[in-house]
Amino acid sequence: MSEAVLPRKQDPARSGRASIIPLLSRHAPALCLVLLMVVFSILEPAFLSPLNLFNVMRQISIEGLIAIGMTFVILTAGIDLSVGSLVALAGLVAAMIAKGSTASSFSLSAGEAAGYGWYAAMFGAMSVGLFGGFLQGFAITRLKVPPFVVTLGGLSVFRGLALMISAAGPISGFDASYRWWGQGRVGSVPVPVIIFLTIAAVAFVVLRYTRYGRQVYAVGGNREAARLSGVNVRGVLLSVYMIIGFLAGLAGFILSARLNSSEAVAGMGYELNVIAAVVIGGTSLFGGVGTIFGTVIGSVLIGVLINGLVLMNVNSYVQQIVIGLILIAVVAFDQFAKSRRLK
Amino acid sequence: MTEPLLRMEHISKRFPGVMALSDVSFEVAPGEVHGLLGENGAGKSTLLKILSGAHQPDSGTITLGGQPVVLPTPLDAQRHGIVTIYQEFNLIPTMTVAENMFLGREPGRGGFISWKRMRDDTAEVLGRLGLDLDPMMPVSDLSVGEQQMIEIARALSMESRIIIMDEPTSALTETEVERLFRIVADLKKRGLSIIYVTHRLQEVMAICDRVTVLRDGALVGSGKVGELGINDFIRMMVGRSAAQLFTRLGDHREPGPVVLTVSGLWRERDPTNPHATLLKDISLEVRAGEILGLAGLMGAGRTEVARCIFGADAHSRGRIEIGGLAVGIRSPADAIRHGIGLVPEDRKQQALFLDLAVRHNLAISSLKGLAWGRWFVNEAAETELVERYRRALDIRMASPDTQIADLSGGNQQKVVLARWLALRPRLLIVDEPTRGIDVAAKAEVHQQLDAMARAGIAVIAISSELPEVLAISDRIVTMREGRITGGMPRDRATEEALMHLMTIDPATALPAASEAQP
Repeated sequence: MSEAVLPRKQDPARSGRASIIPLLSRHAPALCLVLLMVVFSILEPAFLSPLNLFNVMRQISIEGLIAIGMTFVILTAGIDLSVGSLVALAGLVAAMIAKGSTASSFSLSAGEAAGYGWYAAMFGAMSVGLFGGFLQGFAITRLKVPPFVVTLGGLSVFRGLALMISAAGPISGFDASYRWWGQGRVGSVPVPVIIFLTIAAVAFVVLRYTRYGRQVYAVGGNREAARLSGVNVRGVLLSVYMIIGFLAGLAGFILSARLNSSEAVAGMGYELNVIAAVVIGGTSLFGGVGTIFGTVIGSVLIGVLINGLVLMNVNSYVQQIVIGLILIAVVAFDQFAKSRRLK
Repeated sequence: MTEPLLRMEHISKRFPGVMALSDVSFEVAPGEVHGLLGENGAGKSTLLKILSGAHQPDSGTITLGGQPVVLPTPLDAQRHGIVTIYQEFNLIPTMTVAENMFLGREPGRGGFISWKRMRDDTAEVLGRLGLDLDPMMPVSDLSVGEQQMIEIARALSMESRIIIMDEPTSALTETEVERLFRIVADLKKRGLSIIYVTHRLQEVMAICDRVTVLRDGALVGSGKVGELGINDFIRMMVGRSAAQLFTRLGDHREPGPVVLTVSGLWRERDPTNPHATLLKDISLEVRAGEILGLAGLMGAGRTEVARCIFGADAHSRGRIEIGGLAVGIRSPADAIRHGIGLVPEDRKQQALFLDLAVRHNLAISSLKGLAWGRWFVNEAAETELVERYRRALDIRMASPDTQIADLSGGNQQKVVLARWLALRPRLLIVDEPTRGIDVAAKAEVHQQLDAMARAGIAVIAISSELPEVLAISDRIVTMREGRITGGMPRDRATEEALMHLMTIDPATALPAASEAQP
């Protein structure tokens, strides 16, 4: 038999390069993170203090939660731009449930001071997110509108709804059990961090070890091949938008608990940081390639970057510029690696 | 004969793993319609791509009007007056006729377009072709035939000397074909040369002056139409070369009961996929333990039949029975539930997940059987499955976790076969199962198909290579333009008889076919 096990070996020049580039692209996020931490700890010793590191983790946990959902979406070669608006809407719904009818013209409970408990608020926020995700997934799979357009529309619709139901302004002042979800600690670990890492672990298992996870990768890697292999492509697509909606709803509840306030302008611009975290973590915007581990690294990397820049007194506008540029650079690298692979 | 306008001499071209053209010479006289014939993969497209500047020959020369020329890009070919009209048009549907006609060379000054001149020039060229069309009409509003006329008009407006037409009539109605023939005759009168590629031999007889036949990348011969007839062309197109000699398999297979019956299957025009062949009244049956060969040239509708049976495309009418029971198949998932598998035509686009490991590619359709609990994949069972098929099919790979992109084409195809075998199908449809894989791997795939049939699976094998069809099938059905044109058991089938059925109008095909049978 003339066939070699690895036909690439026939071309030493190319296989040499081919082995370095995937290796680099696989570990680039972790390498960058370590590099960044070393640089910041030299420039600003306060960076490495446990207090600061927990701060970084707490800051990234809310967007990180959404980034986990975004990983599912981007793995199918989709995108969700509506997450920031959904966070605001879900946070407001949670606040209204918790505060009862004092909140606005919505009269959800009989007694003025007696809203429902945190569990009802959390459930409400997650339901809003899930339903919002379902509607978007429905438009994408059944009405055949591209995800970019559907979720751009969703960004506007959910924000508009949030503004509408909060005409009376921000809703603030929750009881301690509600606030615990955003401000509390278990030992010295902030609760949002625990939620983030728990959900990340679940998502990791789902993508790595379940039939459903396989199907997500298959749909993103080659939609036609997935269909011809008997995968329910529409079902998988619908589900990923419901997952990210659900997580955006949960994030909205936690954000409201942390700030002890819900307002219609919450979560503005989240889509940028979230997509950046996923993409920096090595998930390809073309679908089929990426991991939850990468997304966690990407989220931490963005958190560290912002935190380090703040400690060094860099203007917050510059942070935005830096994140935007990194996002473009990472995708450019992905394209480059892809073109190498195809040659 | 007059001094040729175009002379291509000793052209050779090698692609990785295959010699596409070897030492082919080809001449076209001025004012001549020259037919270029050959089976799929004979080298026609490569030769024409070299002539239109899309490929560079490894060796050989091109002489145009007595002058040697080099054609490094398609633009250079156009500058020399060589224009190609492809099967799939290069028109931009949202733009007007005039804009398409002058795309990239709009008349005007300083970057501004002179719409009036563009309109007038377009109207003038359309007039020359006797076409009554508004230059300002968007191309999307035109019929396929009219769009093709626009392509020809564009070629005319470029002052071309040689027009290459690649299967120009495949999408046209009968009246449109007649109009095309009138225009071709008219172009000829003006001294233009036309290279006419087609599978329809009757058209060759009708409009070509001379014909050149290629086979397996080599020149078989050329001659005047009239001196050579349809039977000569067929004889020249078929015939085996050493590389295509396949071992004949399956002599002692015993076909069992009927597994699949298709009756009166139709597929209407689908606006989302306008290039797919329409199917007309397809009926066939396949038995357990039998390999049915489905032969036909490109565009005959073989792939469409496979996709309709498998539920990948919708059919408009027709009845599909599995084991005697009518089944409603509306998606591939339905088909799989009924025990049907499809190895699609285009491995990379339709079958493989190139970013994923061999194990994920192999097990994607059988995850249900590998579940651990309800949702989890039992990776140990999965590994065992992969190992089983690695041994059974001799798949060469480093480990189940090797990326499928790192396997050779033949091994990739074995993984796709294993994907279906793991489901224990009743019917497996394989569409071009050995496309793009080397000779040794082809023989292995053939043995696997034979083994499947012996295990009682009903197999439909689609192939463009007649020697392959003849080597592996028990029975062969031919298709042409969306219809079934005939069928015969292998023992009575010859390449020539099949080629007749694949190329000639069904109405006149039957006598020719029976004549070819002893």
